[in-house]
Amino acid sequence: MALDSQKTEGFKQIGTRPDRPDGVDKVTGRARFGADMTAPGMLWGVIVRSPHAHARIVKIDTSKAEAMEGVKAVVTRADFSDAITPAPGMRGEMWNVLENVMADEKALYDGHAVAAVAATSQLAARDAAKAITVQYEVLPHVTDVDKAMEDGAPVIRDGTAEASVPEGMHPNVVRYHESGQGDLDAGFAAADLVIEETFKTEATHQGYIEPHACLATLGGDGKGELWCCTQGHWNVQKVCAALLGLETSQLRVTASEIGGGFGGKTAVFIEPVALALSRKANKPVKLVMTRSEVFRSTGPTASTSMDVKIGMTKDGTITAAQGIFRCQGGAFPGAPMEFTAMCSFAPYNLKAVKQIGYDVMTNRPKQAAYRAPGSPMAAFAVESVIDELCNKLGLDPIDTRLKNASREGTQANFGPKWDRIGLVETLEAAKAHPHYATPLKPGQGRGISCGFWFNHGGETAVMLALSEDGTAQLAVGTPDIGGSRASMAMMAAEELGIPYENVRCTIADTASLGYNEISHGSRVTYASGLATIEAARDAVKKLCARAAAKWGIPEDAVKWEDGCAVPSGPNAGDHDPLPLAKITAKMGATGGPIVGHFEATPEGAGVSFATHIVDAEVDQETGKTNVSRYTVVQDAGKAIHPTYVEGQFQGGAAQGIGWALNEEYIYGEDGRLQNAGFLDYRIPVASDLPMIDTVIVEVPNPGHPYGVRGVGETSICPPLAAIANAVSNAAGVRLKQLPMSPPRILKALGKHG
Amino acid sequence: MSKIHVTTTINDDEVEFLCDPRESLLDVLRDRLSLTGAKEGCGTGDCGACTVTVDGRLVCACLMLGAEAEGKSIGTVEGIATDEELHPLQQKFIEYAALQCGICTPGILVAAKNLLERNPDPTETEVRYWLAGNLCRCTGYDKIIRAVMDTAAEMREAS
Ligand code: FES
Ligand code: FES
Repeated sequence: MALDSQKTEGFKQIGTRPDRPDGVDKVTGRARFGADMTAPGMLWGVIVRSPHAHARIVKIDTSKAEAMEGVKAVVTRADFSDAITPAPGMRGEMWNVLENVMADEKALYDGHAVAAVAATSQLAARDAAKAITVQYEVLPHVTDVDKAMEDGAPVIRDGTAEASVPEGMHPNVVRYHESGQGDLDAGFAAADLVIEETFKTEATHQGYIEPHACLATLGGDGKGELWCCTQGHWNVQKVCAALLGLETSQLRVTASEIGGGFGGKTAVFIEPVALALSRKANKPVKLVMTRSEVFRSTGPTASTSMDVKIGMTKDGTITAAQGIFRCQGGAFPGAPMEFTAMCSFAPYNLKAVKQIGYDVMTNRPKQAAYRAPGSPMAAFAVESVIDELCNKLGLDPIDTRLKNASREGTQANFGPKWDRIGLVETLEAAKAHPHYATPLKPGQGRGISCGFWFNHGGETAVMLALSEDGTAQLAVGTPDIGGSRASMAMMAAEELGIPYENVRCTIADTASLGYNEISHGSRVTYASGLATIEAARDAVKKLCARAAAKWGIPEDAVKWEDGCAVPSGPNAGDHDPLPLAKITAKMGATGGPIVGHFEATPEGAGVSFATHIVDAEVDQETGKTNVSRYTVVQDAGKAIHPTYVEGQFQGGAAQGIGWALNEEYIYGEDGRLQNAGFLDYRIPVASDLPMIDTVIVEVPNPGHPYGVRGVGETSICPPLAAIANAVSNAAGVRLKQLPMSPPRILKALGKHG
Repeated sequence: MSKIHVTTTINDDEVEFLCDPRESLLDVLRDRLSLTGAKEGCGTGDCGACTVTVDGRLVCACLMLGAEAEGKSIGTVEGIATDEELHPLQQKFIEYAALQCGICTPGILVAAKNLLERNPDPTETEVRYWLAGNLCRCTGYDKIIRAVMDTAAEMREAS
């Protein structure tokens, strides 16, 4: 998209820090999240889940449950559309979703849904769920990525592999990626030092505090209403319509306030089940997951096993780099191995580079996106090797990264040439930060890492309707996960030249706007922001036309300034500025409602880079790590509301700290998840963390009217590596497996945990 | 199963309800009394999203039975603001962007208010440990801690 009208300074609203419009709702308990909605005559739904990692479903007996007091409906796979068929790899994605929503012949992981029941109270539904008896024939299972690729490993689903997978690989390897450029052998031969290491990361959960919840109403007439917490209600509409055999437009989906998502609420899990129950009972059905269901059945991220080899000369030049990334994404295709591969070496300008990715199926829940899916793991492996090279060659970690850094015009490791990017600026800001100059205390180690994420645009529709009193109603279609209403209202106010408080931003339902892609890929402030600006400019054009008609001058002789139409140019004549509210007050008589629109697929989402600095100390007795200082430096392109940008930086870093040090899915020998609760799956609490310092770098994205780059995901890319580097430097031994829990650190130190 | 009749006080109002002996206080608040401010993040006492006060003490509403509310005085997030006025903590949470998604906010506000009533001048470490039972996945806690510390400072000045 050509943006000849980019504006990067002289703002009135952009860059200020107003209160968010939904703030009062959210501090008083008034805001309605997924589970906060009810409907007259509502039933409660409960899902029955497999306790086995891999089992053939022999028989489901629902008769006892159906006979129980208050039970109104029971559903199994037979209650969903049979028009959806499997296909290799991601081509069968709708079938994969259906299969995950409700098992057919086999339960594929511990927690896989096999039946559901609706009853007049939650307790009655729970009792009825217990009365549903499922007869299983237990099958051999596998949950580890490396074991799933070995000869003789149980096959999850034969025939899933895409044609691109090299011959001779286990049928659990279902997709393959390869990219790169240059002569690797020559590159490694030119190096003074080559290091090759293997790394592993465990699956971690997005850990949003709000469990999935929905309220579904569907009648026998095929017309439905759905309220749910989701990152993308148009996607929910599309998937549910397909799974239930409905016409898409007949299902209206409203997004509730959303209690965290981080990618995990881009997928559809319970909504089709609630709709199926509702259709059968002909009553609204509310379905809310328990925390244990969230852990067992919704997407954790992929676990990985990775080999990285990098060659470097004595002066710090990287001569060649190669990465092999094996990603496990549960019992379905879709582990983000191509992102892992592509992000791996993105920060560096490499003449010789190759990356290979494998998508491997295991008996685990279907992975879901988690903040920059695949990138943090790749950074962990690559940046650990770079750190080790710097240590061995006696080089400064920031200078070395600067020396090899990708810049505008550099050919990226996966092909394209970079546009204007801000990696160098983040490295320079990190180097100049007082944190980097502060001497370490005895026992402390410091870690540096860069990180990269693509960012995304995607289908976007926005509508801005002006009211008679001169205020504006802005309808966007991307759920507000972390304050985006404020940024949208600021951008609209900036364009219209009216106070921020005069714009009311609403998250519209699927019946009110055109298709909006999911809030993912850090796309909201970029794409909905761009759409808001363009919709406001559309409204301004219409406002100017009304003024031109009133003054009897051509439309192009009117321009918009500080919230007023003003005559412009030699022949415009002399007219007093006409404020927005004066035009809207008369709009009914001068041509009707004034509404600005934007409907398109913006494609200029600028990529984003970050550099993190971490100080950590390791208790040599207990193996416990303490993160003592943390600084995030990231390119935001242009920070619309800097406080919320800082919040994204801090939140990503905190999640990264949890991933690096504590969080992991632990499976028993029986293939069951052993830690499906916040007590045993421990996310960072307030007393675990230091303050998290932030530096916002602003290298404008050429593809956005104000230069915005998405910021939500890049912030979780560097932490795993930065912390691993700090811990390895503090402990004096390289940590190659996450999480770096106390037992693992003690083992690395040669002590028994 | 027959229901239990309970009389209690919630946010200074007398309330009566019938509940199943198995229902938690959180179930009663949310599903019987439409007080959906307290959230269920886990149902097992590990996340603090359901934090309320019972006779002035912090309690996870998911760990207490509804029937146990008999004769008690319960405080929820809905009772923090007085009439039109937000509590200073609520004001500061908005100003500092101490919430992103806001699902943890009700529990954290109830807990933080309780802390400031006991200790008007907490250290950063004291705030961090006091709130260690309230999970927030969005913010990294930085802005939450700052908002609580700044509210404490302002309330000390005002008193
Ligand atoms: S819901 Fe009560 S502590 Fe989590
Ligand atoms: S603001 Fe989302 S969990 Fe705290």
